[in-house]
Amino acid sequence: MFKKLSLKSRYLVAGVGFLLLSLYFLPLWSIRLVAPQYPEGMGMYLWASKITGHSEFDLQNINILNHYVGMDPIVEQSIPEFQYMPYILAYMILGAVVTFFYARRFMVYLGLINLTLVGLAGFYDFWRWEYNFGHNLHPDAPISIPGMAYQPPLIGCKELLNITSCSWPHAGGVILLLVGALLFYVIISETIRSKNA
Amino acid sequence: MFKKSIFLILLMAIALGGCGKGQKTPGDVLDSNAAQKVYVAPGQKDEFYWFMSGGFSGQVAVYGIPSGRLFKQIPVFSQFPESGYGYDEETKNLLMTSHGFIPWDDAHHTEISLTKGLMDGRWLFINGNNTPRIARIDLADFKTAEILEIPNSSGNHASPFLTENTEYLMAATRFSVPYPQRDIPVESAAEGEFKGTITMVKVDPKTGAMNIDLQVLVPGYNYDIVHCGKGPSKDWCFFSTYNTEQAYKMLEIEASKNDKDYLLAFNWALAKQCLDQGKAKEVPASYYRNVHPENRHAVSERLTSVKMLHPDDCPGMMYFLPTPKSPHGVDVDPTGEYIVAGGKLATVIPVHSFSKLAKAIKDKSQVLKIIDGIPVLNYEATLAGEVEKPCLGPLHTEFDSRGYAYTSCFISSEVIKWKLGEWKVVDRVPAYYSIGHLSIAGGDSAKPYDKYLIALNKITKDRYLPTGPEVTQSAQLYDISGAKMKLLLDFPTIGEPHYAQGIPASMLMDKSRKIYPLEKNEHPFAAKNEKEARVVRNGKTLHVYMTSIRSHFKPDIVEAKVGDTVLFHVTNLEQDYDIAHGFAVFGAAQPNLLLMPGETKTLRFDAKKEGIYPFYCTDFCSALHQEMQQYLRVSK
Repeated sequence: MFKKLSLKSRYLVAGVGFLLLSLYFLPLWSIRLVAPQYPEGMGMYLWASKITGHSEFDLQNINILNHYVGMDPIVEQSIPEFQYMPYILAYMILGAVVTFFYARRFMVYLGLINLTLVGLAGFYDFWRWEYNFGHNLHPDAPISIPGMAYQPPLIGCKELLNITSCSWPHAGGVILLLVGALLFYVIISETIRSKNA
Repeated sequence: MFKKSIFLILLMAIALGGCGKGQKTPGDVLDSNAAQKVYVAPGQKDEFYWFMSGGFSGQVAVYGIPSGRLFKQIPVFSQFPESGYGYDEETKNLLMTSHGFIPWDDAHHTEISLTKGLMDGRWLFINGNNTPRIARIDLADFKTAEILEIPNSSGNHASPFLTENTEYLMAATRFSVPYPQRDIPVESAAEGEFKGTITMVKVDPKTGAMNIDLQVLVPGYNYDIVHCGKGPSKDWCFFSTYNTEQAYKMLEIEASKNDKDYLLAFNWALAKQCLDQGKAKEVPASYYRNVHPENRHAVSERLTSVKMLHPDDCPGMMYFLPTPKSPHGVDVDPTGEYIVAGGKLATVIPVHSFSKLAKAIKDKSQVLKIIDGIPVLNYEATLAGEVEKPCLGPLHTEFDSRGYAYTSCFISSEVIKWKLGEWKVVDRVPAYYSIGHLSIAGGDSAKPYDKYLIALNKITKDRYLPTGPEVTQSAQLYDISGAKMKLLLDFPTIGEPHYAQGIPASMLMDKSRKIYPLEKNEHPFAAKNEKEARVVRNGKTLHVYMTSIRSHFKPDIVEAKVGDTVLFHVTNLEQDYDIAHGFAVFGAAQPNLLLMPGETKTLRFDAKKEGIYPFYCTDFCSALHQEMQQYLRVSK
């Protein structure tokens, strides 16, 4: 548990730090919408600290369409997660840095546990946001279909009226998975190393 | 003028043994795979854009080739109620001239801007024949950006042909008039009192802005058309003339007497030098330049002088090349060596050689006489060859890249293909009927695309279902990729297309704009978000800063008084491709506005009578389009 990490594992942990750093510059998640009138599609990127359209005016155009069914406009100010996500990310990067210098095996366990917790909390939070967003509809919306909600899928594709909505991890999301896999690999390789020792 | 010639055709038809009487397309003319070659499957796109002049519609029509489908009419010289062009406050100034507001013209020749002799797809130019004008259309948004009036001219037919790098547009007088304009007996035309002008319009290489650099005063013939050289002949432009007889009445007889008229060879580069050396005189003139900056009001500027040069003052600038007989077209082959004249009433197609011309102008013995400072050269001295017995009524020639020329023949109603240098006809196909211009993509540039040829016909007759006495105008598409020309398609056209130009779709489609960015909208009356929507009174004028977005206008209610002029400045706040809004007011004397995303336009409503006046969106924009309706209240 308190065993020192191999040099290779330390470098891998440093790599994890750099990968996490890249999440400030890459979208984590992408939601893409395709409709008969939007064959070219439009969509949104979720970043650690912001939400943007796939192209310049996508957010505005999605909001215009959403207002017909009474959904709240998607604006960054209404998503508080963007305020503290960068700090959580910084905390995890700090963890990688500390582990590089104070290279103990338990630190890697902690890192993986942290990542899993953050991931699960993030998924729950994302789902909750999507739920609220898709269910809290203005009562005076022009189009009101009893029983219909417009919650986008957490992952995968879903038909919402004339729109096919697909939600998938983007570059940042893939990197997060890779980070998890790397930490897992470090733990396995360290375990094998101590067994063989 | 061509329609009148139908009598001539009928006579010819009788003389030729009665052909041309409701003839159906013979099987050997029609390509056996024609349907496959023109079929563009749903969702697929055409290979070429083709810009057809709208003739007496005054507009430009945009087609897809090979399907022959009409995509768009670009309003140019004529008001266009469909979009409000020429009516709204933003565009009406584009139609200002020294004769006042002229909401119509006769548009003949489309020219795509050139760089090094190749089409560059930046701008499309077109002439107005009746009230001399040249328009520039921006090919990024397919809108008229500028219209420049040409002073000291009449019948702006030999226009607007380009030099090889779009340095200049040429314009010349078809109907000579007194210079300066004054009241004199029309009969004095015969004494040479009437003049023509050659106008050099400078095109700004960055912005495309047009400006008259120079006019050259020339004898009062009818300057019919022009093409400029390329490569070795790049400094020259060649104008065809008819009526060198200087007849003023019954031209069909009186102007057809001379065995030869002239091509005017004009060294524009030398003219520019003479201009720079101060040899041109500044003379009074009255003309308008109207510029329409994006999302602003078109600005009309009245200009009051031009630089005028006389051929005497710039020796070597102009030569007359005798050419049989009342030549119509004049076309320069892709190498710049051959200058082909369409000897409309001639029995041959005469072809001049640029290299022989360059030699002849150094040889004083080749000068037959001098007219108004312009030497007339010996016909044989510049002649490269004659295509013997080509057809009846050869008009215009375009080229492919394999050394072949294609000439339209009005009277025998056909297209002939012949070999440059050998002067032999190798193929001919009928046109239905009485072809005027023909068009090959890049066919007058240094790089033709050897795929399609379009015949622009003057007579339609029995080709389509009848629609009363007035039938559609018609074009034909031919495949010219093989040894034999093959007919592929008939398709109807708008107005009477004269010339047309095609360009590969790939050169335009990716730069075609989708929206006007709101952040760049500098319209003084734009409301760029709903918070800016408001009503401002200025005396009897009510400025309504109005926004439109799916599916409502702001402000909600507009209130005016009887006697007010209500100016609805409507901004389409959308920034989504193809989400246009329209705007119309009950009882307004102005047609609706059609607003592209990010665009601001103004509709004027004169409040004459009290009451409630609905206004609404006229372009079906959304599921709640029908609900996009609000009210103007007019009170005492």
